[in-house]
Amino acid sequence: MAKEKIIYQRPKSLKKAYTHYCPGCGHSIVHRIMCEVFDEMDIRGITIGVPPAGCAVLAYFYFDVDMQEAPHGRGPAVATGIKRMLPDRVVFSYQGDGDLAAIGTAESFHAASRGENITVIFINNAVYGMTGGQMAPTTMLGQKTTTSPAGRNSIIDGYPTKISEALALMPGTAFIERCMVTSPASILKTKKAIRKAFEYQREQVGFTMVEILSPCPTNWKMTPLKSLEWVEEEMKKHYPIGVLKDIKAQGKESNAE
Amino acid sequence: MTNKVLMQGNLVIGEAAIRSGCRFYAGYPITPQNEITEYMAENTARVEGGVFIQSESEIAAINMIAGASATGARVMTSSSGPGISLKQEGISSMAACELPGVIVNIMRGGPGLGNILPAQGDYFQATRGGGHGDYRTIVLAPGCAQELADLTMDAFDLADKYRTPVILLADGMMGQMMEPVVFRKPKPREYRTEFSITGAGEGKSKFIKGLILPAGDMEAHNWKLFRKYEEITRKETRAVCEINPDDQAVIVAYGTASRIAKGAIKRLKDQGISVGLFRPTTLWPFPAAELLRVVRGGTKKVLVFEMSTGQMLEDVRLAVQGVAEIDFYGRPGGTVPPPVELANVIARRLTDKKRVFNHFE
Repeated sequence: MAKEKIIYQRPKSLKKAYTHYCPGCGHSIVHRIMCEVFDEMDIRGITIGVPPAGCAVLAYFYFDVDMQEAPHGRGPAVATGIKRMLPDRVVFSYQGDGDLAAIGTAESFHAASRGENITVIFINNAVYGMTGGQMAPTTMLGQKTTTSPAGRNSIIDGYPTKISEALALMPGTAFIERCMVTSPASILKTKKAIRKAFEYQREQVGFTMVEILSPCPTNWKMTPLKSLEWVEEEMKKHYPIGVLKDIKAQGKESNAE
Repeated sequence: MTNKVLMQGNLVIGEAAIRSGCRFYAGYPITPQNEITEYMAENTARVEGGVFIQSESEIAAINMIAGASATGARVMTSSSGPGISLKQEGISSMAACELPGVIVNIMRGGPGLGNILPAQGDYFQATRGGGHGDYRTIVLAPGCAQELADLTMDAFDLADKYRTPVILLADGMMGQMMEPVVFRKPKPREYRTEFSITGAGEGKSKFIKGLILPAGDMEAHNWKLFRKYEEITRKETRAVCEINPDDQAVIVAYGTASRIAKGAIKRLKDQGISVGLFRPTTLWPFPAAELLRVVRGGTKKVLVFEMSTGQMLEDVRLAVQGVAEIDFYGRPGGTVPPPVELANVIARRLTDKKRVFNHFE
């Protein structure tokens, strides 16, 4: 009889729990691949996470790592305090677009500017999910939300924010990549980027961030399948997928001067 | 040889924090407390693993110390009124998450940007919670450089003991003034690190949070915090009483105002008028029972003196419960009246029987 071989199972770092996420939401995919990375790098026991305010506020019910809550947008500041006290731990802040690119812009910007050795996992779904689909800093032009009912209008509402491009300009950042979780191939690519970010953090080369274009079928009022198409056809146009910064690929060992 | 040193108040706070083992300080420049931030920049390295960060904002500073506190480190931030307003979100969060930390407020004139002169207008903000939700912060009110040293050390001990943010409330005068001070030996730290977040290792993971969605659970957390605040009220209420049996009145004042009151009391004594001083050194919990005892002991008149327009006055009224007559004199907005002014006010009010209550002269 052939020996049984496990080819797929719940990562050890992921708690055995039903998530509260809607069907078709990208959060649970990202949680899973992050936990796969924790397992593969064997860092579950030394990892400390900071969940955001927003849909992922309850992330501590899913990640089986130590976690410390932060007020809305303050993840990178809280993570800074943790990392500076425990420099040998792996510290990440998990944030949505409102959390990171609106109310917490200053904290994100300056954690990057200081080159804090933390990793930010940035979920960009172009709306405020938890509060019911209001316009986010990343909402696309023309996109209808509950607070841009006629579609986002640049004259009234301004333009969708490209935070990854902005942070890539800062000398303190070491690795920034924009990914998406719309297909097995893109999910694997995202996982690779997440792993690279955590590896860079362990090497203490500077601030790392992975932006993930993530579907929100509920607030986009689309089927899960349609929402995946919308990421690939619409969001990707404004938010190009790819590496925005990788200091090691540029031949630098660290961003310290 | 004595260990007495002459030091500016702000530096005394910094030195006391370092001696207390403050491992993490984050702050943002604001007058009249900049010397604390500068002192910490230079001295946190004296503590093993000590870290100083000049944060991008007061909001970031309070959240940084919250993160550092979660790992079990002793932490502090400092600011003045406008910056303390920004910190309220984080203070509320620390109270909810039961994270210890010391927050220093060197008060200046307000509201708004106000000015950079000594004032006491942040009493309500400090003693009523300041941020959102049902919580309290311990508020310590030093009256001299020696107390800045002692109460800074106490602030760290109290924060650890009750796992709650503690506010050290002084004003620009106390921060800028130089006085002799002796630093006592800090108590060995007693802190239950089982609450800290340091990485799960091989064990069970933990999380610290203030988000408690079910109504019943949140209520239970509120009552848990309430019981802690009750315990603090029972055990940690403090006041300094300088009362004589023949006092015609007692002044209630804290911080710089209490020093002006002392000068006034001396001048009044020369005029044959005996007046006592009741000086709370915890503003929350307010020493209500202690003050009531004083007025029940025969004091006919209580005069509240503040460098604000009547904030502690409300606590005094609640404490005195109508047992004695209460009068008020205040000079807000950065005006620091000389003792002779207060002495004259008191003398007039004690002789003019028609006057019942007056905010002004």
